Amino acid sequence: MAVPATEPPFADTADAAENPLYAKPSALKRRDQVVSIVLAIATYAILACAAFIFLDIIRKGAPVVLESSFPFVNTEFFTKSPESLITFEIEDGSYFEMGSSDYYEWKSENPDVRIVEEHAHPYSGGGILGPLVGTALLTGICIVVALFIGLATAIFLNEYSSKGKFMDSIRLAIMNLAGVPSIVFGLFGLGLFCLVAPVITEVPQERAFLTIPILFTDSYLSFEGWGTCMLAGGFTLAVMILPVIIAACEESLKAIPMGFREASLALGATKWQSISKSVLPYAFPGMLTASILGITRVAGETAPIMFTAALAHKDKLPWQDIPVNEEANFLAQSGEWTGGFLSQSVQALPYHIYTVAARIPQNEWTRPMQYGSVFVFMVVVMLFAALSIYLRIHYRKKVKW
Amino acid sequence: MSDQESEEILSPEHSSVTTSAQQPDTADIVIEVDDVNFSYVKGTEVLRDITMDIRKGEVTALIGPSGCGKSTLLRCINRMNDLIPTAGITKGEIRILDTDIYDPKVDPIELRKHVGMVFQKYNPFPKSIYENVAFGLRIQGIKKKSVLDEAVERSLKLAGLWEEVKDRLDASGLGLSGGQQQRLCIARTVAVEPKIILMDEPCSALDPISTTIIEELIRQLKEEFTIVIVTHNMQQATRISDKTAYFFLGELIEMDETIKIFNSPSRRETEDYISGRFG
Repeated sequence: MAVPATEPPFADTADAAENPLYAKPSALKRRDQVVSIVLAIATYAILACAAFIFLDIIRKGAPVVLESSFPFVNTEFFTKSPESLITFEIEDGSYFEMGSSDYYEWKSENPDVRIVEEHAHPYSGGGILGPLVGTALLTGICIVVALFIGLATAIFLNEYSSKGKFMDSIRLAIMNLAGVPSIVFGLFGLGLFCLVAPVITEVPQERAFLTIPILFTDSYLSFEGWGTCMLAGGFTLAVMILPVIIAACEESLKAIPMGFREASLALGATKWQSISKSVLPYAFPGMLTASILGITRVAGETAPIMFTAALAHKDKLPWQDIPVNEEANFLAQSGEWTGGFLSQSVQALPYHIYTVAARIPQNEWTRPMQYGSVFVFMVVVMLFAALSIYLRIHYRKKVKW
Repeated sequence: MSDQESEEILSPEHSSVTTSAQQPDTADIVIEVDDVNFSYVKGTEVLRDITMDIRKGEVTALIGPSGCGKSTLLRCINRMNDLIPTAGITKGEIRILDTDIYDPKVDPIELRKHVGMVFQKYNPFPKSIYENVAFGLRIQGIKKKSVLDEAVERSLKLAGLWEEVKDRLDASGLGLSGGQQQRLCIARTVAVEPKIILMDEPCSALDPISTTIIEELIRQLKEEFTIVIVTHNMQQATRISDKTAYFFLGELIEMDETIKIFNSPSRRETEDYISGRFG
């Protein structure tokens, strides 16, 4: 019996020999492939740039900072402030390189040795203790001020303010603050904190913007500014990072379900009780982790602290050798606005890197200091980023709702 | 539940319905809703001309299709709608203890200590079970451990949760099952010793077994509290409530004894909803 011939599917189409399900070349598909290649190239190009920068820094900076034997770090680098590097040759041909403090020590120990040739290379010797301490203090002050003001603002915007156009424009203004160039922040900090910020003193300066005598005392509230000091620098950095902190805090507050606030209010709690007991404790971890990343960024800012806090060279650490009079206290004392710990100017790591990179001649002597400083800075940033990620993971496991 | 059992509960012999079916209302009026109109946004009224009374020691059920305003009315009674800036009562009064609760002299914080609320989605705090129940007392400034201990035990027993959690009071409240968490929220509410408890569809997020447990709980709670419950589930209203009010599109269509509403309603709209012709 003949089996009726069944026609293959789509037999009546023009190219019956081809299977219509198989791939066909076309302009659309070519474009698809090209686009995915271009996107991949863009991503890997960025990766290559980052790798180049990091590897270069590690290659040239690690030998300055790390050592192969215990204690595995160049302790001199971390315990001395920047000083000049003196290279000299003595009459028997031996050649020495040492920091200026060591040089003077050596000279006093070997008074009879005749020095044939000597060169001084500024900023190439010593270590980065001063800048490290300065950056730590500036960042510390910045964190305290920024978190306090930023958290208060975020709570007000999210929980207390009425929604409306006015509040939206305030939010817009805060976000625009994030786009202001850092040099403008530096000038702002100079104009506000260094030149007109209020100070309580018995001897107001002539150039003070405004002087108000305080009743029953000899002191005046004088708007004469804090001068170049870490307080001014810290406040300026705090203003810079405020948009980041406010955004992070608002995000965390919004993530708390409304049900907690409603349940708390329905039990007869006041608004602040509800916020402080049922919302803030659970929002805090998120605020912390997001803030740490922002703070890392601000620790590397040069322009704002250039005018307000930093010196290129300073012999003493901020807590050494503060001029003191009888009524000295932590911030300031009667007499003159000098001498309190917070009114000291500081060295700072980003400013130090700027100095050794741009303000002094480039040669083989300056390179170790440059790369060493940058390497340390990079490691600090990476540590903070790692800390932020760790905290985020840790708290995500702890509190779930 | 078999037909015979449900008939038993609705029959006049069943204790919770006996007095009201045969005698005029003798219980005190606790909440008076007097010709109330309410809107969320100016111009669109969500509640219109609502007048009803809630009596002491009774369970009053508010039923009706979605969006008819029953939850809105509930949230008016403890002024939770104050959280929405543009919303407000546009006409009429709500009186509790003969005081207009929207009088400027009335503090909503104090009001909410007397009128508690249990929400649809259970929301215990991410704290321990003990701290959850003690929260309402702590915010009033009560710190003495003995007082708090006694209150926590009493409330958890009232909520029927004590036996299950008494040896793990420090465990997180979020570690309990859904039904247990809702009972924890009920315990948290009764710890403050309110006179009225408002419940906004408390069982809609729960499985049938937890629902049965909580319905039994409500029957016991009405000995000490006045309860107003919003429910989507008509059978639930027949099971637990003494009075039922039927809402539709922002208006109160009919309010009467539960047994009368479900057996012989006066209004045709009520009958349509109850018989399932829409909803």
